[in-house]
Amino acid sequence: MPEPLKTSRRQFRNISIVDLTRYRFPIGSIVSILHRASGALMFLLLPFVLWMLDQSLLSETTFEYFKGVTSGWFVKLVLLVLIWAYLHHFCAGFRHLLMDMHIGLNKVTAKQSAIITFAVSLTLTAMIALKLFGAF
Amino acid sequence: MADDNIGHHRMVVGAHYGLFDWLAQRVTALIMAAYTVILLIAFLISDGVGYEGWAGLFSHQWFKMLTFAMFVGLFYHAWVGVRNILMDYIKPIAIRLLLQVFTILWLVACTGWTIQILWRA
Repeated sequence: MPEPLKTSRRQFRNISIVDLTRYRFPIGSIVSILHRASGALMFLLLPFVLWMLDQSLLSETTFEYFKGVTSGWFVKLVLLVLIWAYLHHFCAGFRHLLMDMHIGLNKVTAKQSAIITFAVSLTLTAMIALKLFGAF
Repeated sequence: MADDNIGHHRMVVGAHYGLFDWLAQRVTALIMAAYTVILLIAFLISDGVGYEGWAGLFSHQWFKMLTFAMFVGLFYHAWVGVRNILMDYIKPIAIRLLLQVFTILWLVACTGWTIQILWRA
């Protein structure tokens, strides 16, 4: 095999946590790491989601109790984070599926779709946040 | 090894579960996306946000079955994702295996909980 060209460019191999602060994240990689982070978060909050489903279906009494618990600002904030995680994971996943089908793989389109992913997920999250905290 | 593991030097041995999980993760994603749309539509056409409408929706056998199928898909999807995360970040093999076993047990337990939630009444 021919020797690869030697460049003076910094090489990142097996980067550690400390390297992350000096690492430039293109927008596509931010979508990607948040896809993973949001997935991990939803996995950790799975018992909370099942608990909510349980309480909301068990009886009219537990339904009212569930409504009471989820009307507090802290629980609303947790719900909002969960909703953001879902929306981001959904949009980034949709982008992932398109890329699996070799749609939008070039650098320019990939950057655009990353921006669209954030635009859609964050706009929807903001709208739900306004609804959740009673702006309308 | 890493530099040599490309082209015709690529390692072709292994458990070969990669493609199945890759596909399963995508199929379950589509199922969950479809369920999200169905749930939203059913919720919007149901009467209000009260207990009656909500529990009424989940009282139909077909909706219980659909919800259960979606949750099983979700748990498999979560398993593939969590396993990928553990393989990337947890290097000591004993701790990784322990966490993987815990993840499987936890998701199997959640499947039981889901059945209880859906078919209690």
